[in-house]
Amino acid sequence: MPAPLIEMRGITKSFGAVKANEAVDLSVAPGEILGLLGENGAGKTTLMNVLFGAYAPDAGEILIQGKPVRITSSADALAAGIGMVHQHFHLAPRLTVLENLLIGIPGKTGRIDRAGGLARLAEIGRQHGLALDPDLPVSALSVGEQQRLEIVKALFRGARLLILDEPTAVLAPSEVDGLFSALRSMAAQGLGIIFISHKLNEVRALTHRCTVLRHGRVAGRVDDPANTTSSAMAQLMCGHEIVPPARGPSAPGVAVLTLEGISTSHHSGTALRDISLVVRAGEILGIAGVSGNGQRALAEVISGVRAPDAGRMTIAGQKVSRFSPREVQALGLGRIPEDRMTTGLVTNLPLADSMVLPRIGTAAFSSKGLLKPDAIRAFAEEQIKAYDIRCPGPMTRAGALSGGNLQKALLARELAFDPKVLVVSQPTRGLDIGAARFIHEKFLDMRTKGCGIVVIGEDLEELLVLCDRIAVMYEGRIVGTLDSADATIARLGLMMTGAEGHS
Amino acid sequence: MSAVFEQIFQVGFLAAIIRIATPLAFATLGEMFSERAGVLNLGIEGIMLLSAMTGFTAASLSGSLWLGVLAAVLTGMLMGALHALFTVVLGLSQHVCGIGVTLFSSGLAYFLYRLIFGQQSVPPNIKGFQTLPIPILSDIPVLGPAVFNQFALVYMAILAIPVAAFVLYRTPWGLSVRMVGENPRAADSAGVSVIATRFQAVILGGALMGLAGAFLSMAQFNAFTFGVVSGRGWVAIALVVFGRWDPWRSAGAALLFAFVDALQLRMQASGLGHIPYEAFLMLPFIFTIVAMAVMSRNAVAPSALLKPFRREER
Ligand SMILES: Nc1ncnc2c1ncn2[C@@H]1O[C@H](COP(=O)(O)OP(=O)(O)O)[C@@H](O)[C@H]1O
Ligand SMILES: [Mg+2]
Repeated sequence: MPAPLIEMRGITKSFGAVKANEAVDLSVAPGEILGLLGENGAGKTTLMNVLFGAYAPDAGEILIQGKPVRITSSADALAAGIGMVHQHFHLAPRLTVLENLLIGIPGKTGRIDRAGGLARLAEIGRQHGLALDPDLPVSALSVGEQQRLEIVKALFRGARLLILDEPTAVLAPSEVDGLFSALRSMAAQGLGIIFISHKLNEVRALTHRCTVLRHGRVAGRVDDPANTTSSAMAQLMCGHEIVPPARGPSAPGVAVLTLEGISTSHHSGTALRDISLVVRAGEILGIAGVSGNGQRALAEVISGVRAPDAGRMTIAGQKVSRFSPREVQALGLGRIPEDRMTTGLVTNLPLADSMVLPRIGTAAFSSKGLLKPDAIRAFAEEQIKAYDIRCPGPMTRAGALSGGNLQKALLARELAFDPKVLVVSQPTRGLDIGAARFIHEKFLDMRTKGCGIVVIGEDLEELLVLCDRIAVMYEGRIVGTLDSADATIARLGLMMTGAEGHS
Repeated sequence: MSAVFEQIFQVGFLAAIIRIATPLAFATLGEMFSERAGVLNLGIEGIMLLSAMTGFTAASLSGSLWLGVLAAVLTGMLMGALHALFTVVLGLSQHVCGIGVTLFSSGLAYFLYRLIFGQQSVPPNIKGFQTLPIPILSDIPVLGPAVFNQFALVYMAILAIPVAAFVLYRTPWGLSVRMVGENPRAADSAGVSVIATRFQAVILGGALMGLAGAFLSMAQFNAFTFGVVSGRGWVAIALVVFGRWDPWRSAGAALLFAFVDALQLRMQASGLGHIPYEAFLMLPFIFTIVAMAVMSRNAVAPSALLKPFRREER
């Protein structure tokens, strides 16, 4: 093995009481693609931010080609040849591609060196298949193109090591192939690459070696990912074996949610057209479909955020008349919205407040118009323990939690009140296997307890594991419903393009 | 009615617009630099007043107008640095600190003025800047006497507009300013110091505000009075929005405001005397409010305006 390009030794970093990294060692050789694996909150992003100079480590050292270096800012990291593509891109949407590229680059005779920038942009584009239009504002780029710009930005600054933090989380499958070929081409030229993902099939396909983090420590290393099974890697990540949850035979009871002829007029998204469906106690109904076919409107109607123009809805046998979130909730509906950060929680408030927000007016949390802070805190603490939500405490700002922990918090919030119906959108998007598994188990528990669950999602494998029946949406209507015993990915995929299915 | 119009649109009208626009242009460009970097500077009103005072004092004590201008610019930079210390380095509320800077600077200006000049029934004055006709150009009919027979500070303001645009759009520093105002995290991860860039932009803004103050007390009024700024700083803040944070548009906004103000002055002086003059005084402000209401609907402020940057916070 060639001498390491970059070595991190004994890196420790805490945020308050949370040890995000503890004595972590890691190295990358030139031309090597290193996979950095770990569940949400394992400390991958923190470790890379330390390497990139964005966070100051509490202990540990960084060596470049064997020599210790001090990296105290991103400027130092860039000077040392380290580039990073953050999970949330660091771009200014209103500036152009070229301006975003040239930020921080000294100019020529006091001016921005436009000609030089254009030439380098074209050259890098040619070398690795990363073409970009220099004069478009970044806001006009697709997510894939923005990511490409971030990669080009790093190469432009002469990066010899490129860090990519969950780059595939935001990409469509076809874009992933393009990214991988660009990364392979860079590695072939001797660049070191650190690739963060928790999609194990991607890690096995792309990386040469892996370092696995768990709870901030190195849990193990994988020397030959291509020939290591996903389940072995998953076990390293989680510390225990991951078996797909077993769904017992269904015993559907009475209808807990019915929609009859629900339609909405045209609005910003796709309108609903004559939607009818029934969810019974103790069953899980999946709503499959390519996103943008009315799923959002459906979730909003069911959760009382939007009133339909026509149609009738009942929850636990009671007719919904006003379509307000408060009404449907009082009838026994729980919901987990698609966008955790904006509609799910109030990111600037303490976690505890967010966790009781939908029920803040109930006797449990307030009396005579005054809040009961102790009860709120106690509730949050209890849930944090029960759901193993990793955070410094109930008064942490909700926005500081990782995606998996946020989702657990939302789930805890809804399930604590034994809903009769639960509506969830994209329940495990962006979550690692362990967290996803946890969420799935909770759904199945609820199903056993007689809750009716609607899962709206794009991940067909997940729907097939969880659901008793799967309805497919296309352009605002339900084109068909399959029993999951009859459903296959191919068949659902066909229906998602609008082909009629049979129920 | 036509006689009134004739009186309004006489030769000196254009020159008056330019003169009224000059301090507004300096102040607007100064506020624009600060805001482009993500820092609202509500200290502008007080900074202009204090600069007008220090400039006037330095000029009247030393006898050199240019020393006065220098003092005003340094005052502006110093107060800009104070605002930046609070808002950029310490990350305190930009609103609160800006108002604090205005109150503090105004109080300091009154206090120092009294201390130096005492209580006088007639405020002391100086022989301010004289017009400086530019050869050949000032002979152009209409435009010549209006634009090219002005104070040196007016020429500086006119030059400041393209220079500001060049700095903002064509230099690496200007790009850094725009980037820290849009997405400081992006600037930081590209190796640009967010703190330093914002600090510099606020200080540059302060220098321009200082020039605005200098113009008021050394070219326009040739004296320092407590009402010498009288809301021009607040107007500049509105003009930045009206000018959509762009040097050319901001200068254009200043010119437009100056036009309404000049018009208002002429109307006061003209045969419309039966209307109380306060009614005319309101005109430019009504104009500002209406213009703001219309324009600010699609004006987009720098995304990171008002947001302090702390690296390890997410
Ligand atoms: N800026 C921060 N402030 C406070 N806590 C943080 C911050 N960044 C990360 N953490 C905490 O550190 C732990 C590791 O987070 P992170 O590095 O983002 O994990 P990963 O990227 O592996 O999902 C988590 O518990 C997270 O809540
Ligand atoms: Mg992460």
